[in-house]
Amino acid sequence: MTTENVDIRSVRTRRSFMQNAWRALKSAPPSAIFGMTVIAVYVLCAIFAPLIAPYGEAEVVGKAYAPASAQNWFGLDQIGRDVFSRVLYGARNTMGIAFLTVCISFTLGGLLGIYAAVTRGILDQVLSRIVDVFMSIPVLIFALMLLAMRPFDAVENWFGLHGTFSQGVKTILNLIFILAVLDSTRVFRLARNTALSVAVQDFVEAARLRGEGLRWVVLREIVPNILPPLIAEFGLRFSFVFLTIAALSFLGVGIQPPTADWGSMVAESKTLITFGRPQPLIPAAAIALLTVAVNFVVDWFLHKTSGLRDDK
Amino acid sequence: MTEFEYKLELAKRAVTKGKLSRRDFTKFALAGGLTLTSANTLFIKAARAEAKQGGHFRAGLGHGNTTDTFDPATYAHGLNFGWGRSLVGAPLTRTDQKNNVVPYLAESFEPSDGAKKWVFKIRKGVTFHNGKTVTSDDVVGTINYHNGPDSKSAGKAYLGGVVSVKADGPDTVVFELKGADADFPYAFAQYQFPILSITDGKPDLTGLGAGPYVLDGFEPGVRAHFKRNPNAFAPGNFDEVTQLTILDAAARTNAYLAGEVDYIDKVDLKTIDMLKSAPDTAIYDVSGMQHYTAPMLTDTAPFDNPELRKALKWAINRQELVDKVLFGYGKPGNDSPLAPSLKFATSPDPVHTYDPEKAKSILAKAGLSGLKLDISAADAAFAGSVDAALLMAEHAKAAGIEINVVREPNDGYWDNVWIKKPWCHCYWGGRPTADTMLSVSLSEGAAWNDTHWKNARFNEILPIARGETDDAKRAALYAEAQQLVHDDGGQMVLMFANYVGAMSTKLGHGDFNSDNDFDGGYMYDRWWFV
Amino acid sequence: MHPVIRTVLQRLGLGLLTLFAVSVIIFSSLELLPGGFAEAILGQGATPETVAAFNKSLGLDRPPVTRYVEWLGGAVQGDFGKSFAGAGGWREENVRFVSDIIGPRFYNTFFLAALTALIAVPIAIALGLFAALYRNGWFDRIINSVTLTTIASPEFFVAYVLVLIAVGNKNGFAAVLPDGWGPMVKPFVSWIPDLPPLATVSKGTPFWEHVWKAILPAITLTLVIVAHMMRMTRASIISLLANPYIEMAKLKGLSPRQVIVRHALPNAWAPIATVIAFNLAYLVVGVVVVEVVFTYPGIGQLMVDSVGSRDMPVAQACALIFAATYILLNLVADIIAIVTNPRLLHPK
Repeated sequence: MTTENVDIRSVRTRRSFMQNAWRALKSAPPSAIFGMTVIAVYVLCAIFAPLIAPYGEAEVVGKAYAPASAQNWFGLDQIGRDVFSRVLYGARNTMGIAFLTVCISFTLGGLLGIYAAVTRGILDQVLSRIVDVFMSIPVLIFALMLLAMRPFDAVENWFGLHGTFSQGVKTILNLIFILAVLDSTRVFRLARNTALSVAVQDFVEAARLRGEGLRWVVLREIVPNILPPLIAEFGLRFSFVFLTIAALSFLGVGIQPPTADWGSMVAESKTLITFGRPQPLIPAAAIALLTVAVNFVVDWFLHKTSGLRDDK
Repeated sequence: MTEFEYKLELAKRAVTKGKLSRRDFTKFALAGGLTLTSANTLFIKAARAEAKQGGHFRAGLGHGNTTDTFDPATYAHGLNFGWGRSLVGAPLTRTDQKNNVVPYLAESFEPSDGAKKWVFKIRKGVTFHNGKTVTSDDVVGTINYHNGPDSKSAGKAYLGGVVSVKADGPDTVVFELKGADADFPYAFAQYQFPILSITDGKPDLTGLGAGPYVLDGFEPGVRAHFKRNPNAFAPGNFDEVTQLTILDAAARTNAYLAGEVDYIDKVDLKTIDMLKSAPDTAIYDVSGMQHYTAPMLTDTAPFDNPELRKALKWAINRQELVDKVLFGYGKPGNDSPLAPSLKFATSPDPVHTYDPEKAKSILAKAGLSGLKLDISAADAAFAGSVDAALLMAEHAKAAGIEINVVREPNDGYWDNVWIKKPWCHCYWGGRPTADTMLSVSLSEGAAWNDTHWKNARFNEILPIARGETDDAKRAALYAEAQQLVHDDGGQMVLMFANYVGAMSTKLGHGDFNSDNDFDGGYMYDRWWFV
Repeated sequence: MHPVIRTVLQRLGLGLLTLFAVSVIIFSSLELLPGGFAEAILGQGATPETVAAFNKSLGLDRPPVTRYVEWLGGAVQGDFGKSFAGAGGWREENVRFVSDIIGPRFYNTFFLAALTALIAVPIAIALGLFAALYRNGWFDRIINSVTLTTIASPEFFVAYVLVLIAVGNKNGFAAVLPDGWGPMVKPFVSWIPDLPPLATVSKGTPFWEHVWKAILPAITLTLVIVAHMMRMTRASIISLLANPYIEMAKLKGLSPRQVIVRHALPNAWAPIATVIAFNLAYLVVGVVVVEVVFTYPGIGQLMVDSVGSRDMPVAQACALIFAATYILLNLVADIIAIVTNPRLLHPK
């Protein structure tokens, strides 16, 4: 008997995570493959920017707006820095900032949102009202005010880290901190609402009646069910962060120069768009391509997890 | 008369009649062997020959805010220059194209008692827009409004020397000054001092004045519309004037290209070559008095060390700043705040050029090494400030100085950074006289002494020069003062920036004023449509 | 009491609380921000003396709590006070009431939002339906990529590109394109009318002229919001397609088009309404950048300006308008969601 059981088990061995991932990849539609390739190239550029870039991020190498040449593939910018190098460094800074921001906002917003939805007590009420207040103030204007206040400086002082960070790093941390907090309100709402609609479903009620603990319900029933929309939102939020930074740069705040980020690069050369000059197009295209790529992957992921077997 | 001269004469006539554009005329004149400057001068003279009345002048300006009011105490930006000087307001005096002060609402002004007392005679029969006659009481009331004990006027700075102001009959006003001031009438040419209508001791701050245009609709931060004042003592040429606030440089350019405005200010210099080639476009390019500085607090370490200041002055490539930040539309500074076009301006020796080796040796001699300095910059200080700071950091590297650029928020720059941070960026719009420029930003105790510079000899010279009426003696005193600033001061004058705008060739004009943008603020009543 | 009415009343009550909290946040932010109204107005020309005189004349030398309570007292009675600009002056006629400042801007903002909604909402729903109908086909893919690209570019970039087309067309592309490009591009754009890149409207602007001037901003905003609404429409409809009643409809032999329009769409309204409400709120509160690019005198620019100059009464009023818009639109979306999901009607 026992040997038989073992045999059956060995036949039905579950595929490992890697095997599953590989199978999924092989069946991915071209759009998703395109998206993943683009993201991979971007990530590589971001990681190896200092090795690939022919010049430094802030290095002035020639005359302002020198046209493209063999040495400077994309030409030079307004004070004579190599645009190609800055686009590469921009990948690193832009994506790094966006990734950090979104990670913080999802940890904060996601955890609180699920907790609020499951407990549905006074905490839910309080958090929801606070989020309502935050969300009813326009993001850009709120960010403008908060940036001028530099909240991270206060955080720095609480932890006794004064003087640890250079001014440039501090502005970036301020930006990440503010955008993450503002963004987490959106994540909170999504997490709470999706978790809520799962929490009122029969199988969750059944689990509760069974006497399962809160932890079990959250981890086994709720999280798996709300993960797809949250991951989709992660992709969208990730690209929205660049756009917010770009808008902030347009309004005169944003990242500390000479740090290159794509949003500021578009904003710096905005007046050239009127004259059909290509300088602002390069960083704008970099943003657009990445956003499209991320969304392709997100779409595919949603499609796979939604369980919809489409007839087409 | 050669054939060319004959043709030139014909061309000039065509210009006068408005039948030949500036571009075509210049092309023709250049082909005949004239230089660009002389061709320009000829064109202006020919075009000026006949100022015409009429038309609706629309100016797209990168200034204006929803908090704007017609209270001259708060006048501070480009819309206001026009309001105070040539739209609704009529000040006592004006500055002319050569930067001399000339009477305007005043008929004449005379010094006495060694320039300690000034008598202004007011033009007779001038009326405000509401028909009320301008009297000496209005003048006295206006001055008191700015100079009163609880005044919030930025113009107060010009009136520090006034001890008393009294009306002497309906059209004479007498000023008594603390010390002699040969340049006193210049103060009243400033845009803060249009004469206001005073009733019951209170000034009318609704835009009522005696100027060439009447206010005809005002939406703060959006637009201001004016109509010609037919009763003005010196009427303007346009029937109507509209000032549109277009803060975004690209939007301004677009509005101009689409023909929705006839003139724009503060052109983004990156795009100027392309803008030049737009149809019927002339570039308004005036080398003025505005200059960009990098003030160091001379009482704060490490900038309290004069050798360090000296070294830094040699460690910056100002020519490259002019080339890259101003795109060539300016001149490198030489650490004197007086614009070359200003009376008594000199260029102190040695001229501070880029010489990192010299900077190095000065530092070595002073025993300074491994310097790390922070400089605060923001585009609120001047357009391109952040880029300029980055370039400065690159330049100073060669002299072994490490500069860290701190980008400050635009919001609140003047409260939190300027005169607070030890080294930052600043801009000066320029002042009409050597005295005001030097005393406002460099004399001990001045509110805007943004370097905390206290130089005994300099502070001793200033009042003497102010009261001196002999030009030769004055020139010598001001030369010495400028030399002191140049050698020891903390105010690094990086560059003098031109006023650059774009205007339709349909606009006629004479020579331009250099003491402010917008033809000194006088474009509304001086220019015309050809 | 009907549960929906109860929810509405409850929400409105909470909305008032939210408004109160917003006003506290805005007030304290303005207090915490460096510099004050006097410094902002006088700029470089601010001396300690003039700043003190300014603050005294505006009553800003009093403690913040007193000023807040005073403002609140007025606000609950519908009196939003006077702008700092012109207040404390010497004469009554200089006083500017906040309501007079906000009024026309408010109208402009809603005008632009309404115009954009009129263009964007039908387009988004139609495109979403077609994308769902021909899902994964070439139409779906193209629409998806195009809308994603417009949403993925910074707003001001989209706006400037539109202006480039509008202005360039007028000048025959002589001024705005590198040499030799003009003639090449011209045939593709010559049909585009000369749209005005400057949307400066004022109180007296006639209705149709207002529409004409607001067209470019409206198109820009349409490009920005269509993708979101269209994708949500498509996703909501596709997610319904796995339901048994859709299978049933298919088995009955209905065409895919009939299935979607008759059976899927009516059930997909709730999420679509939510995303539309969200985007309408965005059109009111989030268009500062577009206002700047087209110099459109809307309320976003006013708020940024008044925050910059620390003009508290105006900034407060703007913030409250934004918050109220947001609250009301969300309430509508929530009601739709509640009505369509009975489980939420009867929470435990």
